[in-house]
Amino acid sequence: MAIFSGQDLVCIRGERLVFSGLTFSLESKGCLTLIGHNGAGKSSLLRMMAGLLSPAAGGMFWDDTSVLEERDEHRERLHYVGHHDAIKPVLTVEENLKFWAGLRSDPAEAEANFIEALDVFDIAHLFDVPGRFLSAGQKRRANLARIIASKSPLWLLDEPTTALDKDSIKKLEGLIEAHREKGGMVVLSTHSDMNIAHQQILNVGDFSAARGAESASLLAEGI
Amino acid sequence: MGRFFSIVHRDLRLALRQGSDSVMVVMFFILTVVLFPFGIGPEGNILARVASGVIFVAALLASMLSLERLFQTDYEDGSLELLSLSPMPLEVIVLAKITAHWLTTGLPLMIASPILAILMNMGSDGFTMLMVALLLGTPALSLIGAIGAALVLGSRRGGVLISLLVLPLFVPILIFGVGLVEAAIGGFAVKSQILILSGILFASLAFCPFAAAAAVRQSVE
Repeated sequence: MAIFSGQDLVCIRGERLVFSGLTFSLESKGCLTLIGHNGAGKSSLLRMMAGLLSPAAGGMFWDDTSVLEERDEHRERLHYVGHHDAIKPVLTVEENLKFWAGLRSDPAEAEANFIEALDVFDIAHLFDVPGRFLSAGQKRRANLARIIASKSPLWLLDEPTTALDKDSIKKLEGLIEAHREKGGMVVLSTHSDMNIAHQQILNVGDFSAARGAESASLLAEGI
Repeated sequence: MGRFFSIVHRDLRLALRQGSDSVMVVMFFILTVVLFPFGIGPEGNILARVASGVIFVAALLASMLSLERLFQTDYEDGSLELLSLSPMPLEVIVLAKITAHWLTTGLPLMIASPILAILMNMGSDGFTMLMVALLLGTPALSLIGAIGAALVLGSRRGGVLISLLVLPLFVPILIFGVGLVEAAIGGFAVKSQILILSGILFASLAFCPFAAAAAVRQSVE
């Protein structure tokens, strides 16, 4: 049973305080949903959790070891889906996916997971189509298939539903459910409602500099 | 090690499919050198005198042209973020990208250089050493250039800025590269120039991936 937590995190972007005193804690099988107004710092917090952005103050911990001190190990246990889909226009869906999967798992495992990943998001018919012919939604599905193609316990999803149709959103919800059942954790930010059971909701806006750090609180736990 | 080659392989494949970039670099190299006889006249002696310098400066500028795209496209489509989040050390990833960059620019330049040497009426004793000088010099150009390419990520007009950042650093390679060819043509010993060029190459090999990786980390923040 792993615990991923953050303590008194402070984020400063371009000499402007985005949020401060932010604390979160997430256990295996948990899902943390980040909400908040535009510019509240949801994406910054996710990037911080991924290790792309260093907190100005505060610490993050996996079980009891500091994430900031062992970044290599931390990178190995997370998948990050950001605003860009990282699909190369001249490579086919298959080549794109296999490259990313191969960076994380050994070739044989990547090969096996790859088939599964294509099926899950219903993009098997696209496997030999170059990235430049994909629609925005198809690119997003290919990007999400990447996190199925190699296994990592922590998923950091920054507005994963962007450009997805209703069916795909349902599939994503199902995937998140399955991932949690296997002991995984999910942190996601969203503006649209996703149907996820037993999620913790964290309003990043509560910690933003403008609204005062004092009102900080975890809004709700469980539904 | 397998992952290192998978990145090299991917970048080579990208370069091959996009095609134009590599070809453009070599064409630029050839055209620049070809312009010189028009500019300074077709007199054999004068051309032979400046041949090695012209070819080296042109190779330097040509490899500079391609530096901007070393990280830029990966930066724009989010791949660089994902690469820096992969479990491999970022330094190794950067080195893999530099290797692919050299294979698609430095190597073709080196192969094209003897043809240009003939065109410039260069003494035939210098041909082999011109190739050796470029073999040792162009990887160092890619390595040093990678720092510049990583530093200008996210800035507008990055290409011009790269030249300002790294051209001064290319001067030692230019001096000893041309020195090597001149010495060979003049019939002098070439060992010291080869050793110095190798020294520059290995020093940049040891230092540049770390500096470029640090700059990449900054850019994805």
